[in-house]
Amino acid sequence: MTDTQPTTDARGFARKLADIDMTAVAPFLALAVLFILGALVNPSFIGVDNILNVLTRSSFIAIIAVGATFVISAGGLDLSVGSMAALVAGIMILFLNSAAIDGNLTMLAVGVVVAIGVGAGAGLINGAVTTIGRIEPFIVTLGTMAIYRSVTVWLANGGSIAMKSNDMRNLFRPVYTGTFIGLPIPVWIIIAVGLLGAFILYKTSFGRHVIAVGSNEDVARYSGIHVNRVRAMTYVIQGICVAIAVVVYVPRLGAATTTTGMLWELQAITAVVIGGTALKGGVGRIWGTICGAFMLEIVGNIMVLSNFVSEYLIGAVQGVIIIIAMLVQRTLQRKG
Amino acid sequence: MSTHPNPQQHQPPVLEARSIAKAFGPVEVLTDISLTIQPGEVHAIIGENGAGKSTLMKLLSGHLQPTRGSVAMDGEDVHLAGPVDAEHRGLVLVHQEILLAPHLTVAQNIFMGRELKRGLMVNDREMNRLAAEAVRKLGADIDPTTPVSRLSIARRQLVQIARALQVPHRVVIFDEPTASLTPIETEALLKVIRNLRDQNVAVLYISHRLPEVAAIADRITVLRDGKLIATRNASELQPVDMAKLMVGRDMSKLYPEREETATRETILEVTNFDVPDYARGASFSLRKGEILGFAGLIGAGRTELLEGIVGLRAGQGQVKLNGKPVRFHGVRDSMAAGIVYLSEDRKGKGLLLAQNLRTNLTLASLEKFTKGPLIERKREEQGLDKAIAEFDIRARRRDLLAGQLSGGNQQKLLLAKMMLLDPSIVIIDEPTRGIDIGTKEQIYKFIADLAKSGKSVIVISSEMQELIGICHRILVMRSSRIVGEVTGEAMTEDEIVVYATGVKTNEAELYAAGSA
Repeated sequence: MTDTQPTTDARGFARKLADIDMTAVAPFLALAVLFILGALVNPSFIGVDNILNVLTRSSFIAIIAVGATFVISAGGLDLSVGSMAALVAGIMILFLNSAAIDGNLTMLAVGVVVAIGVGAGAGLINGAVTTIGRIEPFIVTLGTMAIYRSVTVWLANGGSIAMKSNDMRNLFRPVYTGTFIGLPIPVWIIIAVGLLGAFILYKTSFGRHVIAVGSNEDVARYSGIHVNRVRAMTYVIQGICVAIAVVVYVPRLGAATTTTGMLWELQAITAVVIGGTALKGGVGRIWGTICGAFMLEIVGNIMVLSNFVSEYLIGAVQGVIIIIAMLVQRTLQRKG
Repeated sequence: MSTHPNPQQHQPPVLEARSIAKAFGPVEVLTDISLTIQPGEVHAIIGENGAGKSTLMKLLSGHLQPTRGSVAMDGEDVHLAGPVDAEHRGLVLVHQEILLAPHLTVAQNIFMGRELKRGLMVNDREMNRLAAEAVRKLGADIDPTTPVSRLSIARRQLVQIARALQVPHRVVIFDEPTASLTPIETEALLKVIRNLRDQNVAVLYISHRLPEVAAIADRITVLRDGKLIATRNASELQPVDMAKLMVGRDMSKLYPEREETATRETILEVTNFDVPDYARGASFSLRKGEILGFAGLIGAGRTELLEGIVGLRAGQGQVKLNGKPVRFHGVRDSMAAGIVYLSEDRKGKGLLLAQNLRTNLTLASLEKFTKGPLIERKREEQGLDKAIAEFDIRARRRDLLAGQLSGGNQQKLLLAKMMLLDPSIVIIDEPTRGIDIGTKEQIYKFIADLAKSGKSVIVISSEMQELIGICHRILVMRSSRIVGEVTGEAMTEDEIVVYATGVKTNEAELYAAGSA
């Protein structure tokens, strides 16, 4: 029944080549193609400053999308991340403005903890309602999307919530604008979140359970996995990722408005899907997701730098990309 | 009654395979198969899983195109462009898998794609009437307005057959039609097939179940490893001979030597266990080293009762393990207590088909392969090495996905997965469903060895022969109740059937038990 070993090196090599999972490699190939395209369109695209700038701007979506990778690999979906980002940002700024604790640095540190707490809590609500209430995640997070957005608008009295203290702003700003060993801080944060996400998803039993639940919930249950707990936890991770993204976002403008995070959910899901994660669950690719977030930002950047497509069409181009990505995924899968 | 050797030999065969071959990539799965099917005959194709039966059927019904050779009808080569083209020529395939829309009614499914109309509107009344009639012809009584999702698997199968037979047909190909049917439903289906034969329809019949083949076939063709081993008149072949031809060796020792491994020590005692809608007042005990069988028709509540006991579904009643009362709130609890349950639905509930062997193997016992939160890949790989050797899992490559394994190897992988939990009680639901004979033998041996090593085994099976072959004692369930127990000499197919169908249940006894 067993195959014989390949007789020649050439066949061995051919087999190894065929073994490479194209769905895992495709996003990185696409990113490389975009780089070449960008360089051809406008040489200034390939400049270090421009690239770092693009990466920095992609950080919100990249960080949120790492969380979305967990939710989607477990077979869920979270549409509320954009509204959640606005809510977390709003509450964080209100807390910072309250000046409840002496010392700006302590205040800021506690503010970050508050943000993460709010994010985790908002995620837990999504997770609890989908699992305990047994409601489709699409519906649940559509509901919480409206709720989180609306609460933010109410907190902001229909306007915006801005950081009052200039000292605090100056202290906080480097989190977005600063650099460390030549790389912008947000890029470091993407790397850290990516590493942590990949570690959890690929190396821990929780990560294995996430994939199992997304692959086939019944099999997971019959294998003694706490399906609901795993599911809910992915939403909490998503909430924490949103909070981390907010911590990078707030110092950029120092304010949360009623439109903060608008359509981020679509961009995050797009990044996850073009990164090679299966929308039906069971496959999760953290680095593919981050690569997908970069691609979205790079496409926009190339369009701005080029003269032949209006940048107002960025959304349309991103839409085309997600559809092409799905078509490519499907053909690759069929081959395998 | 199957004395129809090559009827109407003078006619050209209605369907014929002429040195047909099929390759997928470099692998040739069928080599030079030639066979004929005459009108008014039942021609059975038998062979182990992977022998090429399904591929042959797909070639003959237009689902696949041959790499070499040709298909002929009425003596002339034809090119079957696809299943629709085949149907136009009167060639109908009844699929093994159920391909029905679950939310539509029986009648809507039977007429899907060829709805009867009255003006612009569909003629539901007429379709319901004809559907009821079609189903009745198959020996079943199903309300044509019932949604298919509310039917048992066996009844869905009948609806599927009724649907296929709506097409004007000269050749009907049945691909393992009885895989999910009970003996009674099987008998009804065989009657339908005999009817078809009497109407001069040619029937190609694929099955694992050799006694059934012996009962229905006029001629039998045996495939092994993609090659045609023999075509014989059914009257010349006993099931034992068929098995021998299929596996290429003597199969008289399918079941291991029965050993009295059961001790006096009771390990599990279940009293008055209820699973809402499925099981009522079930009481039984299991001894250490015993192999206990659960027989009964599909839908009798066997699976649900045992799923209830291990905490996979809501149930109530007293369960004592080693004399101590226990309560399992979820399957994790029962696993921790040393009871594992292997689902009959290997593909849906047993294995992650889209994941590799390693992931599947360690899924239920991951904590044995972790250090802190970290999974130790190397130990997982070692575990897989061990499982492959111990359970004789045959995978072309280690990195295959579970879904790419044959049914037999999937079952072995599932066994390996659950045995990693080091259980003292193993519950196996339909241990050999969809598995070739060679692997069956291995599984029976494995179950016997489990008992020999002091573990207790509960086997749920619809194959009475297999229960009789390996169990020390058999409980029979009917309509949510345990209605009988057979042991020793009384363990015969007849004895079980009378309990399972209610012919013999001592009704007074049943009422007494119910009121207790």
